[in-house]
Amino acid sequence: MTDVIRFSAARTAAAIAAGELSALEVTQAALDRIAKVDDRINAFLHVDVDGALAAARDVDRRRALGETLGPLAGVPLALKDVFTARGMPTTCGSRILEGWYPPYDATVVAKLRAAGVIIIGKVNMDEFAMGSSTENSAYGPTRNPWDTDRIPGGSSGGSAAAVAAFETPVALGTDTGGSIRQPAAVCGLVGVKPTYGGVSRYGLVAFSSSLDQAGPLARTVTDAALLHAAIAGHDPLDTTSVELAPPPVVAAAASRDLRGVRIGVVRELSGDGYDIGVRARFSDTLEVLVGLGAEVVEVSCPHFTYALPAYYLIAPSECSSNLARFDAMRFGLRVGDDGEASAEEVMSRTRGIGFGPEVKRRIILGTYALSSGYYDAYYGQAQKVRTLISQDFAAAYERVDVLVSPTTPTVAFRLGEKVDDPVSMYLSDLCTIPSNLAGGPAMSLPVGLADGLPVGFQIMAPAFADDRLYRVGGALEAALEARRGRPFLDDAPPL
Amino acid sequence: MAITRDEVAHLARLSRLALSEEELDTLAPQLDVIIGAVARVAEVAAGDIPPTTHAVPLTNVFRADITGQSLPRTDALAGAPATQDGRFRVPRILDMDE
Repeated sequence: MTDVIRFSAARTAAAIAAGELSALEVTQAALDRIAKVDDRINAFLHVDVDGALAAARDVDRRRALGETLGPLAGVPLALKDVFTARGMPTTCGSRILEGWYPPYDATVVAKLRAAGVIIIGKVNMDEFAMGSSTENSAYGPTRNPWDTDRIPGGSSGGSAAAVAAFETPVALGTDTGGSIRQPAAVCGLVGVKPTYGGVSRYGLVAFSSSLDQAGPLARTVTDAALLHAAIAGHDPLDTTSVELAPPPVVAAAASRDLRGVRIGVVRELSGDGYDIGVRARFSDTLEVLVGLGAEVVEVSCPHFTYALPAYYLIAPSECSSNLARFDAMRFGLRVGDDGEASAEEVMSRTRGIGFGPEVKRRIILGTYALSSGYYDAYYGQAQKVRTLISQDFAAAYERVDVLVSPTTPTVAFRLGEKVDDPVSMYLSDLCTIPSNLAGGPAMSLPVGLADGLPVGFQIMAPAFADDRLYRVGGALEAALEARRGRPFLDDAPPL
Repeated sequence: MAITRDEVAHLARLSRLALSEEELDTLAPQLDVIIGAVARVAEVAAGDIPPTTHAVPLTNVFRADITGQSLPRTDALAGAPATQDGRFRVPRILDMDE
């Protein structure tokens, strides 16, 4: 039974469908693993033991009745604490929402429940998804299972750590500037930001509405595809979700050769500031892609150099507006309501105590960028740069099918290393931000180690061509695994 | 200096964030560095480039005007810091002499 926790989601669901395992056994194994290792990892903020066991029994009952189960039925999942799910608290990693139980399910949560996925609990994150290390959580940092002195990435660090620590086979995260792909990279996982508009944001607590997107973290490309397919699709409750048939990601993940695929290496996403080990694994991977039949060329996206500053104007601006809803009036924390203080004073005190330093920095930065006199120079100019970045992508995709880069400039850094240096922390998302600004999908997958720590490889594709990520990622993963002779996560030190 | 301590204090008031003196001492120089870094967007010649507000090709999304189920009152109030008579109870919003 002990190796059930190491099964992929696909294998777990197949074993349950075949009657070789019950959903209850699988769920209990996940709960046991969490009880055994999570005090060292701190991935979980809330474990829903009763809810998970009840959901597992329901899957087993439906199977016994002869129902055909979906491809993820009975599979345990860790849910980033930014999604609302009834019966569980939603904190967003913040004191301001401590103890708050949401009155409705996010659309993605409703879809997962309907698919028979077992939601084990809520996992840690940087407060309101602002950060790259999960150190900005009010509930303590999460640790990287590869080296518990190091960060698991962020903001979906709890999601990544839970999967890398074999607590659950899959997790759901969100990606506003790299918050799925960067944790996936530093924890040795597959992580995907779907095309903006491809997955509903209803019930995803908003940080930066024009950039936020939910997506999968998994140990294999196929598992990521199965979870991606389970959550994708139009939702009338989210006006930014698009009425298009979801891309065929699961079929694409089964590809094993790349003949005729044109791959562009982005010149601007390399060079100074990138670890030697990261660059070496990136070069090795390009050779593997050529070996699979792909044509690899260099392309230039000149405005990508300005993606990071544009992002750190647009995202804080949207955040300063979105987080106005935490006003101590209708939900969450209220501080200083002594009968004398005005609503405005209570609001300010509550937000002063309820928000952590990074959230405060971004609210003030956004308020600054949106204030009259600065609006055109900062927010307005950043929106124009956003257009130029989209045009760079469009020009590149006239020549190639996908673009590639390292996912992160460095491997996982040590806890505390960058916590007092915001600009240095922001550089973690250098390679991932362009896809958020332009809206296209992107994947990170593990391609090797540097200094004993995982290195991620990023694949980017045009909007609504998410299947291209899986085609390239599936073939690359298979080739690397054949060469290595074992799954990537087998090289992680045991916990 | 792109931003002063007094400006940060003013922005905090606009943002309804009560900050301590120590927080202002830390935040002001950090924001100064951050604003210095993001100001690089000004280097881009983008005069006649249209701005992008969001990445999907959609404008003015409407739904059919059909009455639907809304959140039950007890659910809406369940997470409130204070309630009274089936409503949200809030601190005073007017001065005593208004």
